[in-house]
Amino acid sequence: MAIEWISSVVSVAGTDIHLRRGGKGAPIVVLHRDIGSPDRLKFNDLLAENNEVIVPNCPGFGISPRADWLGNVRDVAALYRGMLGDLGLTGAPLVGLGFGGWIAAEMACFAPHDPGKLVLAGAMGIKPPTGDICDQALIGYIEYVKEGCHDPETFGRIYGERPTSEQLVLWDLCREMSFRLAWKPYMFNRSLPQLLRGVRAPTLIVWGDDDRIVPASAGAVFAESLPLAQQIAIADAGHLIEMEQPDAFAQAVLSFIASK
Amino acid sequence: MHLMYFTEQPMKDYPQDAGNDIGFTSLLMSNKHFNPVDGSRLYNEFLENYVYAEEMGVDGIMLNEHHNAPFCMQAKANIFASLLAGMTKRVKIVLLGNPLPLNDNPVRLAEELAMIDMISKGRLVSGFVRGGGQEQLATNANPAYNRERFQEAHDLIVKTWTQPGPFRWEGKHYHQRVVNPWALPLQQPHPRIWIPGVISQETIIWAAQNGYPYICLNTSIEDTKKIWQRYDAAAADVGYTPGTEHRGYLIRCHVAETEEKALESARQFLWMDGEFTGRLKPVWASPSGYFSPSSRQTFVEFVAGQSASPTRPRKTFEQQLGDLQIVAGTPEQVVKSLRTIMRETRPGIMAFWGNEGRMTQAAAQTSIRLLGQEVMPALRETAKELDLKSPFEADMPVSRAWAEAQARRQAAE
Repeated sequence: MAIEWISSVVSVAGTDIHLRRGGKGAPIVVLHRDIGSPDRLKFNDLLAENNEVIVPNCPGFGISPRADWLGNVRDVAALYRGMLGDLGLTGAPLVGLGFGGWIAAEMACFAPHDPGKLVLAGAMGIKPPTGDICDQALIGYIEYVKEGCHDPETFGRIYGERPTSEQLVLWDLCREMSFRLAWKPYMFNRSLPQLLRGVRAPTLIVWGDDDRIVPASAGAVFAESLPLAQQIAIADAGHLIEMEQPDAFAQAVLSFIASK
Repeated sequence: MHLMYFTEQPMKDYPQDAGNDIGFTSLLMSNKHFNPVDGSRLYNEFLENYVYAEEMGVDGIMLNEHHNAPFCMQAKANIFASLLAGMTKRVKIVLLGNPLPLNDNPVRLAEELAMIDMISKGRLVSGFVRGGGQEQLATNANPAYNRERFQEAHDLIVKTWTQPGPFRWEGKHYHQRVVNPWALPLQQPHPRIWIPGVISQETIIWAAQNGYPYICLNTSIEDTKKIWQRYDAAAADVGYTPGTEHRGYLIRCHVAETEEKALESARQFLWMDGEFTGRLKPVWASPSGYFSPSSRQTFVEFVAGQSASPTRPRKTFEQQLGDLQIVAGTPEQVVKSLRTIMRETRPGIMAFWGNEGRMTQAAAQTSIRLLGQEVMPALRETAKELDLKSPFEADMPVSRAWAEAQARRQAAE
């Protein structure tokens, strides 16, 4: 059954956030990547078969207008906490993809007993003990997305062989906002591992087995820091797990959320 | 007319094959290819040439800086400015300029510039730039805040120079508990501020609003005229009519005893495919947030490799000679071309980018001698005929803000 996705706008702390909502059932909040999110993703559709899925677009990431006051990822996390409260979504599971995983982790630090469940997929936010988080400032928009793929065919399947100008502009907006939020240090927060020790949400840490954007060593630190963490690897996936292995990833998320 | 000598300070002895192999000559080209023995010799040759340019009669030495690349050895314009402050006697030391956003402490910069101004006995012109895209990456300055940092650093420096300390600065990007440097500029109220650039409309408008001369960096005659239209319109909006003293122009210009020799050397202007900032990946030249939001679509297509550079369309050597973006020849030939540029664009400031790439030291010095002794005297005559006045000749105020403050003071008296 095709999922109907509906767009709306919510204003939090004087800041407009565009949302896409699809499906019916217990809510799941999905936080997108630093490259934004395609309008339709099989992964989101799968989650929405028996749940209501809410995908906010972070201000500045192409759909929601940029808010100049947002200066770091913690600002976004505080804003999103306000949004969840306003929408009656306290306690909803949070699924954070890459950069969105960092935001989700910060949100969990703000409210250690909420969310009910936390899924961090190839999450940024922690300085990897070995290797570095891939620096998108040094490579082109297309190159960066391709670097996130295990299978070279993924890019064309999701974005087409020659992305449109509109897509390039969207990636540029996302990139500019990422720089505003996480330029230095690039894509991590030194205090995050310590704060994660206080989080009470059961957490699933998911890494693609070929993630060339965020080294898996960062995943190990998430697993060590979060008291109730379990960690899985998804085979044949790069950083963009939801694009490359939507079925396996959605199934892992749904069974984790359903578990006691 | 103010006539200056300029060189990018090319690291001409870097192994060219290394650049060809990797396809770029900037930012990530390994500095294992930098040989300090060559570097030492070249720095000293540049110094020798600057001093020689003063002897040959130029009015000013224009300096700049870039990072991580063989196209420009100057990593800190203030270092050469300091040396020239002590080594020269007459020339203006024209920084075009200090890249403000790369600097985390504008008060230190204000201090350094004040020292240079005092040591040079008031010969500093303190231009400011945003810095190229790749400079933001080389120095880890956030490109998304480039323009905000430029603006705020400028405001803080001007305040440091003009308002007695101590005072405190709590801005968006800069925070200073105590601003009270015991080094202030000799020139009052402060050294002149000139703004170099290409087509960035925000910068042109900002320079016009502040009453700062804008120096077009080797733009085509047609683009230069468009820049003046934009500058003049912005000036009209704030209530004044700019003159030639608000207009500067940088031209690649090489002079030799014969046309053949001049053209042979001038080909070096295209030593890195003619890219002013070396061969680079477009994403380094235009990091997200750095370029004007009004041209986002044009820039993203360039960055993605789907269109040509919106800043500098690539032209052949012959095309650039034809368009007068490169001028090369005997003194007579060069004077003729430069007169055309002067008539067409009416600048009060001209900078001559005299040597580049692998030009020999002998060719560089010949060009400096012929520029100073034969070309410049002829241009000064033309400037008189065309009434092209420099900021010094026009005795223009250093800024609109200062002129307005002075007018208010006089009215109060």
